[in-house]
Amino acid sequence: MTAPGLTHQPACTPERVPSLHEALAIERRVIFALLMREALTRYGRHNIGFLWLFVEPMIFTVGVTALWSLTKTVHGSSIPITAFALTGYSSVLLWRNMPGRCINALYPNLPLLYHRNVRILDIFIARLVLEFMGATMSFMLLGILFHMIGWMELPEDLLEVIGGWFILAWFGMALALFLGALSVRSELVEKLWHPLSYLVFPLSGSAFMVDALPHEAQGYVLLLPMVHGVEIVREGYFGSYAHAHYDLGYVIAIASTLTFLALLQIRAIAPEIIIE
Amino acid sequence: MIRVRNLTKTYPIRGGHRTILDSVSFDLAPGRKLGILGRNGAGKSTLIRIISGAERADAGTVERGMSVSWPLAFSGAFQTALTGRDNVRFISRIYNSDFERNIVAVDEFAELGPYLHEPVRTYSSGMRARLAFAMSMIIEFDCFLIDEISAVGDARFGQKCQAELFEKRADRAMIIVSHDAAYVRDHCDHFAVLHDGHMHFHDDFEDAYTLFKGLIGWTPPPDSGTASS
Repeated sequence: MTAPGLTHQPACTPERVPSLHEALAIERRVIFALLMREALTRYGRHNIGFLWLFVEPMIFTVGVTALWSLTKTVHGSSIPITAFALTGYSSVLLWRNMPGRCINALYPNLPLLYHRNVRILDIFIARLVLEFMGATMSFMLLGILFHMIGWMELPEDLLEVIGGWFILAWFGMALALFLGALSVRSELVEKLWHPLSYLVFPLSGSAFMVDALPHEAQGYVLLLPMVHGVEIVREGYFGSYAHAHYDLGYVIAIASTLTFLALLQIRAIAPEIIIE
Repeated sequence: MIRVRNLTKTYPIRGGHRTILDSVSFDLAPGRKLGILGRNGAGKSTLIRIISGAERADAGTVERGMSVSWPLAFSGAFQTALTGRDNVRFISRIYNSDFERNIVAVDEFAELGPYLHEPVRTYSSGMRARLAFAMSMIIEFDCFLIDEISAVGDARFGQKCQAELFEKRADRAMIIVSHDAAYVRDHCDHFAVLHDGHMHFHDDFEDAYTLFKGLIGWTPPPDSGTASS
C-alpha cells in the first residue's frame, strides 16, 4: 500500500549558488516559517492566541502606568505621567525583552539546523521580529487608546517618534544578537543578564528625563545608549517641552559596533555548533 | 554529482581533540547508492550532517551538484507543542512546497487520523516515526541522506517505507549510514567503511563487511554459524 499523493519526480533543481534575488526569497520564506512556528509555540491556539503577542506587553505597560500614576512618581518634568509612563515603559520592552528572547534561544531550536536553509541568524531574527511586532503594536494601541480617553495628546512629531523607536529597536536587536550568540558559549550570560537588566532599568531613562538630573549625573547616564533612544521618542511625542538630551551619532555608533560584533560572534559559534 | 573533497572534522574532547574525519574525499554519481559502515561514534552521522550542509567541516568542501535531502532519521526535528499539521506546514514553507498537497500525502501515508491535528507530544513513538517518515517523503530530492532509518516501526510500516523510498525512488542517489550491515547490503551498490577518520571503499559488500568485522573485533562463534552479529 502506497500513498498516491506522493510524487515521483524531484521537484528541486540541482543546487547552485542562488542569485541575490533568490537568496532574499529563501530568507523571507525561512524567517516567515520560523516566525509562525515560534508564535504558535508561544501563544498556541487557545483563548486569544496570537493576540497575546501585544496584549501581554500592553498589560505590563498599563500596570506600570497605573503604578506610576498612583505613586505620583517624581519625573521632574511637566509631561503628564500617563504619557511619560507609556513612552518610558514601552522603550524598556524593546531593549530588555529582545535579549531575553535570544539568550539560550538556539539550544531548543538546534534540530531545525538540519534544514540547510535555516541558519543560526534566522532563528534569532524570527524571534526579534516577533518581539518588535509585539512591542510596537502595544505602544501604538495604547497611544491611540490613551488619546481617545483623553489621557494624552498625539505625538507632535510622529516621524521623530518612529525614528527614536527604530533606534531603540536597532540597539535592542544588536544587543540581543550579541548576547544570544554569546550565550551559546557561556551560561554566565543568562545568569548575569537578569540582574543586569534589572539594575540598568532605573538608569535607562524610562523613569526620568535626563534634563531633570543634576548636570554631573547627565554625562554618566548618557553613556547608556537606550537613554538616547527614549529621549528621542519623548522629544517626538512632547516636542520642545520635553527638553531632550541625546547624541544621535553616539547611539548609532554604539548600535553599529554592537551589530558588527554580534555578527562576528554568530560567525564564530557556527562551526562549534553540534546538532544532536 | 556530489563531490566531497578533503573533509576534516575534529571535536573537542577533554584534554584535546578527536579527529572524526581525516581528509575524506569521494564522488557520488546520480542514482548511485553508497552504504557506509562504521562502529558507533565513528563519525557516520557527522559525515551525513556535513554533506547535508547542516554542520560545517573544519576543512574541505562539499559540492552539491544535485539537490540533497536533510538527514532522514525517524526521530525527526519536531516542535512537540505543535500539531503534526503545523509541522508539515513548517516544512512546506521552508522548502517552498505546496502545503495543501503535502498535508493530503502525509495524512494518507502516516495514517495518523485525527491525531494529525493534535500536538506531537501526545503521539506514541511509532506515530512520531510515521509522521517523520511521511514528512521526509513530501519534499523530493535527487539524493537522499539516510541515517539509521531501519531502526523503528512495525512490519507493515516498514514495508510501506521500503516501497516509498527504495522502489518508487529507485532512480535517486542515496547515502545510507548504518551499523546494520544487512540493511546496507540490501540497498546499496557500493560500500565504504569509516574508521579512524578514513573511508575505505569497496564495490563488493563482502570485502567491506570483512574489513568492518575485523575492525569491530567480531569473531564467529566457535560452534555454530547461526549467530547474528
